[in-house]
Amino acid sequence: MTRKWLYGVTLTIVLTAMWALLSGYGLKQPLLSLAIFSIVVTVFMTIRMGLLDGEAIPYWRLRYLAYWGWLGREIVKSNIAVLKIVLSPVIDIKPVVTRTPVSLKDDVARATLANSYTLTPGTVTMEIEEGGFILHGLDESFCGQEGFRIFERKVKSATGEGSE
Amino acid sequence: MDWMGLVQLAVILVSAALMLTGAGIILAGAVGVIRLPDFYTRMHAAGVTDTLGAEIIILGLILQAGFTLVSVKLALLGLIIFLTSPTSTHAVANAAYRSGLKPILRRWRSDENRGDAA
Amino acid sequence: MTFASAIDFTVGLMLVGAMLLMLVRLFIGPTLYDRVLAVNAFGTKIVLFLAVFALAVGRADSLDIALLYALINFVATIAILKFFSYRSLEVALDEMAPAPARDDKGEGA
Repeated sequence: MTRKWLYGVTLTIVLTAMWALLSGYGLKQPLLSLAIFSIVVTVFMTIRMGLLDGEAIPYWRLRYLAYWGWLGREIVKSNIAVLKIVLSPVIDIKPVVTRTPVSLKDDVARATLANSYTLTPGTVTMEIEEGGFILHGLDESFCGQEGFRIFERKVKSATGEGSE
Repeated sequence: MDWMGLVQLAVILVSAALMLTGAGIILAGAVGVIRLPDFYTRMHAAGVTDTLGAEIIILGLILQAGFTLVSVKLALLGLIIFLTSPTSTHAVANAAYRSGLKPILRRWRSDENRGDAA
Repeated sequence: MTFASAIDFTVGLMLVGAMLLMLVRLFIGPTLYDRVLAVNAFGTKIVLFLAVFALAVGRADSLDIALLYALINFVATIAILKFFSYRSLEVALDEMAPAPARDDKGEGA
């Protein structure tokens, strides 16, 4: 119960900060009352829909930032590969559908991993199953299983699964 | 020209280079959407090269805007695109896969398979 | 015309070109999913165009429109896909069918 209150207070603070950033008008009375109204309605709806849990609150860890930096480099590398295929005068590809085993159990870690596969061009997560993902690869060269293992290890260390 | 002027010039040049690169990536992705053979391969060109191009353009715009409220909004825009774009790509792919749309799984060359480039 | 606004103008034109290509795919796309993909990518490009436009003409208001457009674009994609998968938008998350067991992993996989 106390955790729930903490989440509610954090959500209110985040929404207030967001409103202050986006409006940029400062504290003027009619605007401020509308802002308070919309924040209260949003928090009430979030509680009523049962969405108020640890995932609803944007929380950050420094390890995530390191992971995002690494992911950014991977995205740039595979983007260049995809653009080379697209812009070459003769497109020569062999698309594949492959299944990669995933041992992660935590929901956030699994979502991060699936989105990372999707964000790197050349592989898109098509289906999420209990023990693995089904990926579509633009070409065979994007679908090496050892590349998928590196992703999984990085996500594991970024979300701290297994160590906590 | 003094020192600050040089820094300003460098920022303008870097932001111009970033924005042109991003727009080029997006244009190439759009060309890929036209050229690639089936839905699953087009999805790679459409959903995902867009993300990198969008982030690079927004980075260039942030450099152009400087430290103002505008660049905070631009950063928020970049974050939203970065988070929603892979999710919607996955949603389209998942819906197509569950509805039973068959992907092309053999070797495909654009100069000999003009016919099935549906 | 300053150098920065000339760059903005060029980038805006390139984005319009990419949008036209997306419209072509929207019209000729053989399956529904091609069209949804084209609409989604079109929306991303419109968001970028609005951002570039905001700086090119110095009207920061259109950045707010761009933020809203980005959010609505995402929700619209999900809503269209949900409607065409279930023919209804009233299906709750826990009533959705689980992933069908498929054996057509593809002959070349």
